[in-house]
Amino acid sequence: MAIVVKRPKLKWWEHLYIPAIISGMRVTLGHFFQIVSRKKKVTMQYPEEKWDAHLPEHYRGAPALVTDEQGRERCVACQLCEFICPPRAIAIRPEEIPSDDKWAKVEKRPKKFDIDMVRCIYCGMCEEVCPEQAIFLRKDYAITGTSRDEMVHDKDRLYEIGGVRTGLVNKWNDLK
Amino acid sequence: MDWQFLLASLTKIVVFVFLVTLPLVALTVWAERRVSAAIQDRVGPNRVGPFGLLQPLADGIKFLLKEDFTPSHVRKGFYWMAPALTMVPALMTCAVLPFGSTLFGEKMVIADLNVGPLFVFAIASLTVYGIVLAGWASNSKYPFLGGVRSTSQMISYEICLGLSIVPLLMIYGELNLSKIVYEQAENGWAMLPLWGEGWSLKGALLFIPVAISFVIFVTSMFAETNRLPFDLPECETELVAGYHTEYSSMKFALFFLGEYAAMIIGSGLAVTLFFGGWSLPFGWLKPDELHGEVGFLTGAIHIASFFLKVIAFILFFIVIRWTLPRFRYDQLMRLGWVFFFEIALANVILTALILWLVE
Amino acid sequence: MSDLVDVQINGEWHQFPKGTRMIEACREVGAEVPNYCYHPKLTSPGNCRMCLVQMGMPPRPAPGAEPAQPDEDGHVPISWMPRPVIACANTVAPNMGIRTQGELTEKVREGVMELMLANHPLDCPICDQAGECHLQEYSVEHGKGEGRFREQKVKKPKNVDVGPRIRLDDERCIMCSRCIRFMDEVADDPVLGFTDRGSHTTLAVYPGRELDSNYSLNTADLCPVGALTSNDFRFQMRVWFMKETNTIDTNCGTGANITVYARQGEIFRIKPRQNNAVNSDWMPDSHRLSFHWINDEETRLTSALAKDENGNHQVVSNENAYAIAASKLSKFKGHEIAIIASARMTNEELFMVKRLAKHLKAKIVETVPRTGEADGYLISEDRNPNTLGVKTVLGLDEPGSQLESIKDDIKQGQIHALIALQEDLITDAGFTDDDLAGLDVLISSYPSANPTAERSDVVLPGGCWAEKSGTMLNIQGRLQRLNKVMDGPGTTEEPWEVVRNLQQALGGGNGIHSHMEIFKQLAEKVPAFSGVKFQDIGDLGIPLIETGETLPLLEREKERVAQGLIVG
Repeated sequence: MAIVVKRPKLKWWEHLYIPAIISGMRVTLGHFFQIVSRKKKVTMQYPEEKWDAHLPEHYRGAPALVTDEQGRERCVACQLCEFICPPRAIAIRPEEIPSDDKWAKVEKRPKKFDIDMVRCIYCGMCEEVCPEQAIFLRKDYAITGTSRDEMVHDKDRLYEIGGVRTGLVNKWNDLK
Repeated sequence: MDWQFLLASLTKIVVFVFLVTLPLVALTVWAERRVSAAIQDRVGPNRVGPFGLLQPLADGIKFLLKEDFTPSHVRKGFYWMAPALTMVPALMTCAVLPFGSTLFGEKMVIADLNVGPLFVFAIASLTVYGIVLAGWASNSKYPFLGGVRSTSQMISYEICLGLSIVPLLMIYGELNLSKIVYEQAENGWAMLPLWGEGWSLKGALLFIPVAISFVIFVTSMFAETNRLPFDLPECETELVAGYHTEYSSMKFALFFLGEYAAMIIGSGLAVTLFFGGWSLPFGWLKPDELHGEVGFLTGAIHIASFFLKVIAFILFFIVIRWTLPRFRYDQLMRLGWVFFFEIALANVILTALILWLVE
Repeated sequence: MSDLVDVQINGEWHQFPKGTRMIEACREVGAEVPNYCYHPKLTSPGNCRMCLVQMGMPPRPAPGAEPAQPDEDGHVPISWMPRPVIACANTVAPNMGIRTQGELTEKVREGVMELMLANHPLDCPICDQAGECHLQEYSVEHGKGEGRFREQKVKKPKNVDVGPRIRLDDERCIMCSRCIRFMDEVADDPVLGFTDRGSHTTLAVYPGRELDSNYSLNTADLCPVGALTSNDFRFQMRVWFMKETNTIDTNCGTGANITVYARQGEIFRIKPRQNNAVNSDWMPDSHRLSFHWINDEETRLTSALAKDENGNHQVVSNENAYAIAASKLSKFKGHEIAIIASARMTNEELFMVKRLAKHLKAKIVETVPRTGEADGYLISEDRNPNTLGVKTVLGLDEPGSQLESIKDDIKQGQIHALIALQEDLITDAGFTDDDLAGLDVLISSYPSANPTAERSDVVLPGGCWAEKSGTMLNIQGRLQRLNKVMDGPGTTEEPWEVVRNLQQALGGGNGIHSHMEIFKQLAEKVPAFSGVKFQDIGDLGIPLIETGETLPLLEREKERVAQGLIVG
């Protein structure tokens, strides 16, 4: 059933619209003069002024892979981020870690880890879903490139952005 | 017709239309962007030139350099004709607007016609053809709907526009815009009858129909120029961009310019009819007779006065645009046909009654 | 066996044949019982305890008391037992009651899951089984949600090389013993077994032996967790990304039913699909792993090729290739043209070949036989998947018998043009360069680069078995569907399209736009197929021709069913 909205009963002068127009103009002109007289400043002049210093901890910038204190790449290529990624920006091919590697006991790592930053919507689902605390959204937001290929972050680039992250849960400890 | 007249007219056309009105269009665009930005707590274009004043120039260059794309499904001839048909009439109406008293002994009006307002309405109503053609020739649904909307809107409001100034013409008993302006210089502006004959019971009584006329005239002007709150022919939320959806590059720019030119001319007409055109209030620096000789400085002050008033009016246009939300189409039509049309008619009768009673 | 007994399952009475396992009875009425160790094709040791259900029987009257009276439907009230029983190894009995829901079963399942997970590592991110792991599924459905064990988990060998194709992770093993029983009962190679006791129980290979049977990969399919994984598929792709297509194996005449797992035009693995009339639940490793060449972009033929004046192959559009082939062929009379088709082609393709031959009035149509040794399980002697189709559709009594005479005819200049479809004549049919040198025109179509294609005047791109749809007849005379897994690379077309387009270029009309339309014509024109509708074939196929061929593995399975060892 449709909801019947009761219309307000207007006075005769309100029917003329003119008082409404005037009060509306008072609002707009109020903003106008506040900005023109520089009493108020809301926006930032982007390339000169930047927000970087004020970015909150939870800021969602470019997703990146991290290594831990021991220099281990944390990603084990479980492909959950690839699965959860709403715009399907992530493409992973796993591989087996060779037995002579220091971290051979982890067994699996990404051979190829591409994030297409043209597709990425910075939703942070990859970070949320990651069971290994390997992917984090960093504060990099100005992701630019002159070609589509350049906008695809490969594994090396992702580790470069991500850097080392300390204090994470260490699942693959010595007992393992 | 002599050479001197021809040369003087040509100079006036070039200076007034191409060196003043068109730059004013650019300035208006800039003002619109800056004012709307300020209203919305933003900064607006401030990069190109001082205060971003050269932004319109950059925009113009961009328009010229963009690909002039003609979709394959359009009716080419009409498609090409439409932008010109919106731009040209808007500029042609400049011909009868008196933008100053005299300068170097020349009348500061391109054509001192005795049917000024009629000429303006006749020419301005041609604009609708451009829009209809654009909508129809685009062969696409949104432009088509925009064209249809625009046509009925402009035809509806032309009636109100025409009727709304009938009381003024009755009061002045004159169709020559120069004479109307001089009359106002002598006897008080229509919207400010505080000196001369205007400062009387008759003037006070006549102010009532004039004020009603003014409201109807200005509102209809908004509708005629397709500006918010009456920009239904091109409202983005419903029609993408209305009749110029399929246009790009300079052809789009022509629509854009035409719209702003129409706004400037409309402001000019409103100023001429209701705010004494080039004249200063209280008869200051008034020439002794119609087209009477004045000094260079006085002439220049008169021209400045006209353009100041026009600019003030344009700012009013802009502020209204960023204040009022868009009407619904049925509301627009109801307002035009049910209220303004009747009120304007009654207003004519009221004026006639007042004039008859006072006589 | 024909006696029916009344059994109450979750409050409703049903009838089942005597001897039905409780778990099968529950499955039949839609009350799934979770299980790990139970498998219908293997014996039931009942060691995982996951299928515990609550059971009740008619009350035994106390001495002197009157037995309970049946109600109006003839059912005696059930007296529920205080402890659960396993559903996999017990059979139904008259007036039995089974509860697969309720507090008791839920509690015991929670308990069993907790014990299973007590030593199971948190390997899911790197475990290939994730996504199709019963442990994952059941811990969501029946688990407690949290563990109470605070002790260290038992460490066991990980990443153990147990065989050439199988990797073992002992920590993940839940001791269901399916693999042990499979190797013992089906593959007749009992190399697997448990060592140690309690929570240290470990799956191991018999010392000095390897898990190297040609059926070893079936243990990876059987494994309900990720303890046994395929070396080939290990860490290749997550199972949830892959598209599953039901089709049939084309490596031998058995036509084992398979599911192909592919993603974005790349095949990742093949698993057998249950068809009790063909391959039961199994397939040989050799057939399972023979798909890698399909993914190899280096060797695949991805576009049509035609030789220019200098004899070099140039890439041409498909249309041009057909036009060139047609103009070359039209110079010859029918008796100067021979067609060599393939027993790897579907019935539909063979039918199109027959039509083409009729249109060209070609003298000879032949296919290339392939044989190998039957392994006594599922691999048949005939390594062509559709030899019976060749016999039925093309009407060749002895496929391959005319190959020698074709060679002779080419030498003697009687055959000037040869069309080789889906066969590499040099590698597979014993043709030599000299044999082909006598030809004026050689047109070939094959999925990947090959010596015959190198010598061909026109190479038409034809898809492989995973890139086409159709039907095939296996050695038992069973009509089975081959389904398209993915589009072929480049401008590859399905082989029936290749034949159709070639005929069209030669001026023969067609009006055929799908393999199903061909099948319709096939059913009209070939007596053996008359009355068969494509949609009737289904996923499991239908018996069409009586050949008397049997599959040894199936026969042994039937025996075990008859002995009551397995459910089947």
